[in-house]
Amino acid sequence: MTDTTSTTPRAKKRFRWSAVFDHSILILGSLFMLLPVFLALTTSSHDNVEIQREGLKFWFGSDIDENFGNAMFEKGGFTKTVTGMTMLMNSFILGIGFAIGKIILSMMAAYAIVYFRFRFATFAFWMIFTTILLPLEVRILPSYEVIQSIGLTNSYTGLIVPLLASATGTFFFRQFFLSVPEELVEAARIDGAGPVKFFIDILVPLSQTMIAAIFIIMFVYGWNQYLWPTLITTDEGLFTLVRGIRQIIQAYAEGSEIPEYGQAMALALIAMLPPVAIVIFFQSWFVKGLVESDK
Amino acid sequence: MANVSVKNIRKTYPNGTEAVMPCNFDIADGELVVLVGPSGCGKSTLLRMVAGLEDITDGELQIGDRVVNDLDPAERDIAMVFQNYALYPHMSVYKNMAYGLKNRGTSKEDIDHKVREASAMLNLDDYLDRRPSQLSGGQRQRVAMGRAIVRDPALFLFDEPLSNLDAKLRNQMRIEIRNLQRRLGVTAMYVTHDQVEAMTMADRIFVLNAGRIEQVGTPSEIYRTPASTFVASFMGAPPMNLLPATYNGNGSVHLNGETSLKVDAPKDHIGDIQLGIRPEEVKLATGKSATPFKLELIEELGASRLLHGKLAGHDFTVNAPNNDAPLADNLMLDIPSDALHMFDHETGKRL
Repeated sequence: MTDTTSTTPRAKKRFRWSAVFDHSILILGSLFMLLPVFLALTTSSHDNVEIQREGLKFWFGSDIDENFGNAMFEKGGFTKTVTGMTMLMNSFILGIGFAIGKIILSMMAAYAIVYFRFRFATFAFWMIFTTILLPLEVRILPSYEVIQSIGLTNSYTGLIVPLLASATGTFFFRQFFLSVPEELVEAARIDGAGPVKFFIDILVPLSQTMIAAIFIIMFVYGWNQYLWPTLITTDEGLFTLVRGIRQIIQAYAEGSEIPEYGQAMALALIAMLPPVAIVIFFQSWFVKGLVESDK
Repeated sequence: MANVSVKNIRKTYPNGTEAVMPCNFDIADGELVVLVGPSGCGKSTLLRMVAGLEDITDGELQIGDRVVNDLDPAERDIAMVFQNYALYPHMSVYKNMAYGLKNRGTSKEDIDHKVREASAMLNLDDYLDRRPSQLSGGQRQRVAMGRAIVRDPALFLFDEPLSNLDAKLRNQMRIEIRNLQRRLGVTAMYVTHDQVEAMTMADRIFVLNAGRIEQVGTPSEIYRTPASTFVASFMGAPPMNLLPATYNGNGSVHLNGETSLKVDAPKDHIGDIQLGIRPEEVKLATGKSATPFKLELIEELGASRLLHGKLAGHDFTVNAPNNDAPLADNLMLDIPSDALHMFDHETGKRL
C-alpha cells in the first residue's frame, strides 16, 4: 500500500495522434460555422457606402455603435415609425406566445388522448399525427384565406393562433404521459384528485423538463418564422426582426438609395441572440427533458 | 373502522374473460385479510374492485354500512398502498402525505397535526422535506403507509406492498405493517403472492386460484387442512408432496401397488386418490414398519436440510433437522398416519 497504487494507469495514458486529428476536425468545423457570424459582426462596423463599394469586411471598422444604435432606435421602414426595438418586441411576442400556446394546446390534447378512454381516441391521435405531413407551407393559402376572412390579418392573434396546432408537441407529451406509471394516476384518484386537479397538481409539475425542452424548440421555431408573418402583416408596427432585416435589404432592389447593410448585419446579429441565449440557459433542462423522464 | 361485506361480486372483462368469479365473504372490523394466489388468479383485480379502480360487473360491495359500488375511490373511505409506492415524485414527503387531505378540504392545522402524528409513528420526522427520490426503498414504503394513515380510512388496501423490497427489509416491514395495523385497529385487505407473507401476517387467508376463492381460513387451518391440492401445494415451503395412490377402504393407502401406509380415519372414497404429505411431518427412521426412501440430493438450509429423492418411484421431499450426520442413499422414513392428506384424484378436493 505505498507508491505502487499512486502510479495509476491514468498517468501512463499515451498521447494519441488520433485525438489531435479528431479535435482539429471539430475546431475547423466550428470555425467554418462561426465565420459568417464573425463576418456579420465585422461588416456591421462599417458604413453603408464602404460596404456597397468593397463588399464584406474582414476586420472591424469604426461605425459599430452607430450602426447598432440606428438599427435599434432609428425610426425606419416605409412609414418611418418602426424602430428595431418594436421589431424585437414583436419577435418576442411571437416567439413566446407561439411556444406557450403550443405547449398548452399540445399538452391538453395529449392529456385527453392518453388519460380518457373515449371512442376513436387512437384514431384522433393518428389524425393529429398525420398533420405532421401538412406543414404550414403546404396549407398556407387556405390558412391565409381563413384568417383574412375572419379579419385577423395585422393582429397578434392572426400571427400566432394559426401556427399553434402541433403534432410534434402532442406526440412528445403523449409519449411522456404514457411513461408516467399507472399507479400514480390511481393514487391520485384515491387521494381525491379529479381530472383537472390531477393535470395541474401532478402532471404539469412532472412534465417540467419536457415543457422546458419543447419551449426552447418552439420558441426558436416561432422566432424564426418568416413566411407567415410576411403574409399576414402589412402593418409595419407588427413586423418581426426576421421580417425587418429583409425590409432593409429590400431598399436595394427598389434602387432608390444605398441599402443599410451595416444596420441589416446588426439586426441579424441581434436577431440571433435571444435563441442562442435561451438554448444556452436551458441547455441542461433541454437535454434532460428529451433524454430522461424525471420519475 | 368498518367491516366489509361482499355479496356475489364478480368481474367480467368486455372480451369475456372472467377475472373474478362470483364470490361472497365478510371481513370483520379490525381484521387483516390476506388474499394470496399465483399471478393472474384475480387477487389484485378483487382488491382493485374494492378500491374502486375497477368497475364491479355484478354484485354488491359494502364498506361499513354503505353500498359503495358506484362511489369514486376517494369517496369510499379507503386508503391504498401500491407495489411501487406511487409517491408523487415532485412533492416532498410532507406534501405527499398531505395531498389527499388537502383535496378533501381539511384545514391546514388539521393536516399538519395528522401528518406529524403519522410521521412520528413511522420514524419519518427527519425526512419530511425530502423528495421520494432521496429516500431508500423502505422509507418510501413508509411514506406510502403514512399517506394511507393520515386519511384515517375505514379500510386499508395493500397491493403487494413489499415485493419491491429486498428480503431483509421485507421481513422488517412485514412486522411493522402488522403492528401498525393492529395498533390502529383498521380493517385491512392485503394482496400478496408470497405465501410466507400470507401465513405470518393474516388473521384470515383467502387463497385464490383462477378467479375463484379456493379456501378461506386462519393460517393454521390453511396449513393443517388444505381444501384442495392447489392450496396444499401453494401454501407451505417446501410445498406438500403429492403422490398418486389408491385407497382400498380398509384403512390403508397403496402407493404404486406395493408400499402401503396406514390411514387414521377411514374415508368412504375407494379407488384412485392423491396423497399429500408435508415434508416437515416426515421423520427419518430405522424401524421395519418404515417406508423406504431413495435419497438423490441434499439442500442445506442451516437449521434443517431438504432431502430430495424418490418414494415408491415418485418425487418426494423430506425436511429433516440438520444434525450433520452423513446420510446413506437408502433411508427409511417414518410417515405418521395423521400426516396424510387425501384428495380426490380428479377434482383435487380434500376427502
